[in-house]
Amino acid sequence: MSFNEKTIKNIAHLARLRFPEDQEAKFMQDINGILDWVEELKEVDVSQVEPLVSVSPRESAIREDVVTVGGLQAELMANAPESAHGFYVVPKMVE
Amino acid sequence: MVSKLTDLTISEALDLLNKKEISSVELTKAHLDEMERARFLNAYITETPELALKTAEESDKKRASGATLGRLEGIPIANKDLYCTKGVRTTAASKILSHFVPPYESTVTQQLKDAGTVMLGKVNTDQFAMGGSTMTSYFGVTKNPWADETGAYNLVPGGSSGGSAAAVAAGLCMGATGSDTGGSIRQPASFCGITGIKPTYGRCSRYGIVAFASSLDQAGPMARSVKDCALLLREMAGFDAKDSTVADLPVPDYMQALTGDIKGKKIGIPREYRSKDLNPQVATVWDKGIAYLKDAGAEIVEISMPYTKYALPVYYIVACAEASSNLSRYDGVRYTTRVDGKTLDEMYENTRTDGFGSEVIRRILLGTFVLSAGFYDAYYTRAQKVRRLIYNDFVEAFKSVDAILAPAAPTTALSYEAMKNMSPVDTYLGDVFTTPSSLAGVPSLALPVGLAENGLPVGLQVIGKHFDENTVFQVAQALETAAAFDKKPHYVKG
Repeated sequence: MSFNEKTIKNIAHLARLRFPEDQEAKFMQDINGILDWVEELKEVDVSQVEPLVSVSPRESAIREDVVTVGGLQAELMANAPESAHGFYVVPKMVE
Repeated sequence: MVSKLTDLTISEALDLLNKKEISSVELTKAHLDEMERARFLNAYITETPELALKTAEESDKKRASGATLGRLEGIPIANKDLYCTKGVRTTAASKILSHFVPPYESTVTQQLKDAGTVMLGKVNTDQFAMGGSTMTSYFGVTKNPWADETGAYNLVPGGSSGGSAAAVAAGLCMGATGSDTGGSIRQPASFCGITGIKPTYGRCSRYGIVAFASSLDQAGPMARSVKDCALLLREMAGFDAKDSTVADLPVPDYMQALTGDIKGKKIGIPREYRSKDLNPQVATVWDKGIAYLKDAGAEIVEISMPYTKYALPVYYIVACAEASSNLSRYDGVRYTTRVDGKTLDEMYENTRTDGFGSEVIRRILLGTFVLSAGFYDAYYTRAQKVRRLIYNDFVEAFKSVDAILAPAAPTTALSYEAMKNMSPVDTYLGDVFTTPSSLAGVPSLALPVGLAENGLPVGLQVIGKHFDENTVFQVAQALETAAAFDKKPHYVKG
């Protein structure tokens, strides 16, 4: 299976996750188990089949480009772990 | 006084409220008392007794004044802790959202409020609705109110809507919202001996429901009868400009579907569901269900749905891919919890690794992998193609039948001990009969039809055509009447 030490490090980084080696090994084992199991999908002939992306009966809706909800700065900021002057605060990115 | 207030169905309670034989405050208090007694079941994450009593008092005043009433005026319900409730903590049973208080209300819960319901609190679920047992909840497992053969509460309530199912079964609310991505309403309904419907994808708005897999997530009600589910769904369903996938269709009056007459209805029995995964005790109840419908005048038709066995792997690829994208928003910036790091990336990684449980991490990793360069076509696109074949299975079947009858879950409720020792893939097998209809987006209702030899309830699902919840309710009610399932969980029997 293609999910080795290198893959899990790369995938974890893409998903912004990071774990100690022992946990990494456990997740690798679990995911390889799942990937082995989904192998059976390879036996289905899908050469003439279009992917099904959505079962929604509705076309994407278009509406007027106007503000419908606003003025919620204080309410939204109430859930910020760190904020100042009405802005979200994050660790310094640019030296 | 009639029977115990916490034993009433919603329709019985509405009748008594309208006759002024009981008040909403009395009804609400009875449920709050029961919630306190049943704390050991851990069905609720957050109880909101003051808010509930205040709403109930207002409801009683409204009724006394002769004002126009909501159709569910004064009925106490619980909301799955996946629905954003304005000013009431909404955790998705996770550590990362454990302090999140939404500044807005989900469309479905708003509509239930507008209908006059009284919210008792927020009930437990698997973390981000990922699981079939509530064992992945950051707030601990919920116990099934049905005890095992030794009389101990060692069984899972199913999941992810396990808190909803346990609360409904134990009389800790009259009905509850659930949500179903791959079986999360129907499997816990079956494990707890109650009724729940996953409506057609696009029937209810997903606005304000913490997203798991957006092409599959669907809101639905759980209650103690088919009629109660119809009463709740009638309020929950309908068009919403805030969710672009909701159907712009009128919501039928589901009450009118409950005629009790199913003479001449064609019911499909899919032979692929008689698989090696099906427990023989569940199969026996399925056979009973088939006989009940036949006796009620339905025509039983054996059908074939050849792609059934691929539904589970397709589901796990599609759902995890969508989840990995949906859960990227939990970045330590906007949602209350943060674990510091020296750089922005390190802060993201520390926050997410600490805030997500292992099942959620497993699914994010799998989803990120199947969407990553070099693997996208082999896994994700292939899964979407097989999804179309599964969808076509249903379209084909519904050319010759009005509804399909199948088991909701392959087993009765399992014990925590048994589930702890299972591999992830083994736990996923609990969704084997519910994922096909989820992938196809068709409505499906699970209801209790009998007890297995082990004394635990077995649910069957009635699956219908897209947007034909009416036929689903009609067939389900006929089955409910014939089965006359009146067994109560050990917690209620005392």
